[in-house]
Amino acid sequence: MPEHIVSRKLYFLICGILLSLTLLTWGVALINLGRWNIVLALAIAFSKATLVALFFMHLRYSPRRTQLTLVAGLFWLGILLLLTMSDYLTR
Amino acid sequence: MSTAPTAEVVRREENYLNVSYGIRSWLLTTDHKRIALLYLASVTVFFFLGGVFAVLIRLNLFTPTGDLVSAATYNKLFTMHGVVMIFFFLIPSIPAVLGNFLIPLMIGAKDLAFPRLNLASWYLFNMGGLIVLYSILSGGIDTGWTFYTPFSSVYSNTHVVSTIFGIFIAGFSSILTGLNFIVTIHTMRAPGMTWFRLPLFVWTHYATSLIFVLGTPVIAITLALVAAERLFHLGIFNPALGGDPLLFQHLFWFYSHPAVYIMVLPAMGVTTELITTFARKKLFGYSFVAAASLAIAVIGFLVWGHHMFVAGQSAYAAMIFSLLSYLVAIPSAVKVFNWTATLYKGSVSWATPMLYGLGFIGLFVMGGLTGLFLAALGVDVHVHDTYFVVAHFHYIMVGGAVMGYLGGLHYWWPKISGRLYPEALARFAAIVLFIGFNLTFFPQFILGYLGMPRRYHAYPPEFQVLNVLSTAGASILAIGYLLPMAYFIWSMRYGPAAGPNPWPATGLEWLTPSPPPPHNFDETPTVTWEPYDFPNRPDLKYPSPVVAVRQLGPTPQEE
Repeated sequence: MPEHIVSRKLYFLICGILLSLTLLTWGVALINLGRWNIVLALAIAFSKATLVALFFMHLRYSPRRTQLTLVAGLFWLGILLLLTMSDYLTR
Repeated sequence: MSTAPTAEVVRREENYLNVSYGIRSWLLTTDHKRIALLYLASVTVFFFLGGVFAVLIRLNLFTPTGDLVSAATYNKLFTMHGVVMIFFFLIPSIPAVLGNFLIPLMIGAKDLAFPRLNLASWYLFNMGGLIVLYSILSGGIDTGWTFYTPFSSVYSNTHVVSTIFGIFIAGFSSILTGLNFIVTIHTMRAPGMTWFRLPLFVWTHYATSLIFVLGTPVIAITLALVAAERLFHLGIFNPALGGDPLLFQHLFWFYSHPAVYIMVLPAMGVTTELITTFARKKLFGYSFVAAASLAIAVIGFLVWGHHMFVAGQSAYAAMIFSLLSYLVAIPSAVKVFNWTATLYKGSVSWATPMLYGLGFIGLFVMGGLTGLFLAALGVDVHVHDTYFVVAHFHYIMVGGAVMGYLGGLHYWWPKISGRLYPEALARFAAIVLFIGFNLTFFPQFILGYLGMPRRYHAYPPEFQVLNVLSTAGASILAIGYLLPMAYFIWSMRYGPAAGPNPWPATGLEWLTPSPPPPHNFDETPTVTWEPYDFPNRPDLKYPSPVVAVRQLGPTPQEE
């Protein structure tokens, strides 16, 4: 399988986005949004993880089967969260 | 030119056992077959260690007053029995020993996709095992193999952190084995070996590998969180620190319930091979059995809450988990019905592996059906945490997984060692095991139904008769386990040569010599036939000369 070459420019761009998202996390933490603080922080963290997986870990350029592996992992995490929350939200 | 034929003969006889000698050639090997034997040695040691704890438990329960050990020691004994048997014997037994040995052979490959990772997984397994061994020798652990919080994370004064650390490391060996199997099965099948020509043993290992890869990280992190709470007082599971003890149970059982399927799915794979070979019939409903393996692996992840019906989980969640637990019975039943239908009008023979295969079906059905009792909310309130549960899961794990493991070892022993074991003695051992097993665990169903709780070192005197029966059964069971070990070792030196296909069976592993050459096949095989196609394989004469002679009595002399 030929290795995909990613341009240096793209790497720096992603790095810049990641750093600004870090700043955004910090900024949001300074504002009191009640329970939305944690939601926002997790949403930003999730987007950052996605960027790392897609570009730094080359998932975007990987075969479908490799992408499916990530989807399976997320799906199983979904099972864990969904069924656990079915307990916590109905106590 | 007279030397050429001699050189040819020497080359042909080279196999994975005699290709090189010395401890170094084993400890640094990347041959999947040798690594399987390394695993065989490791898991056998842990099996006997876990067995010693079981013997002590049963001896203590011989009398109602628990005269052998103190209550505190008893707590340690059942904990260490569970930890050793589950994490260091049952989970790795079939995948790491038989799976490692057979998957490349069955799909026509030269090795697994990542031979070095395979060796690394064995080292990680032993590192984890040694750390747990250190924990045991330095005083043990008393939390139960379930490590329930906050007892494990706050109150227990035993070696919780080191035990957890050992399991954490051994978990990586599971992940690496699962990853290796998935990649191997996807990418290294021989020409013509399509997905629906794979032996069912490979399908079940594929399903098992999914659980390894998707489930093991969760238990690793969960146990790491217990250690973090214990060492650094982080409030995760301890209510006094703002944590939630039920969160631990959710996370723990998310892996540990599917772990049961890690144990039993490979045993189902073994049983499928045994049933078809010794019924001389094509498997009934191949694609349904293959799909049932994947369904068990997936649905197995949706049922964990049935371990928490009386733990404080919401009634709504309990109902969902109860319903989902019933669902997992469907693919399990599909398998049992398909095995039975395969036997129907088959030419059934009673070779030792078949005794284990039939034993598996019977005991698995008992274990599975009593599992449905426990999935019913009302009944579970009555029998929760009693010996009924202990009997149920031993029927699945010992009656199911261990029977499958031993059946598989007998079936493939001629391939692994190149030798035949003594058939009459082996059948005797299989029957001893079956009787011993039922005598040990059936009384526990009754004990539990009558209300004897599990994990107590003493009990009311009216339960003594059933407990004595159980202990007597355990001693018979022990003989049943020691016999195969003795005659397997004996056969490695004195057993008659097996030939490439002693049963005879249809898989690719039987096309290569026994023991197989270092790279499995001289030429990569091309598959042009359907799996288990006994009627259309006239080349597989049955009974083979080897089996016919063995069934008549005297074993053929070694050539």
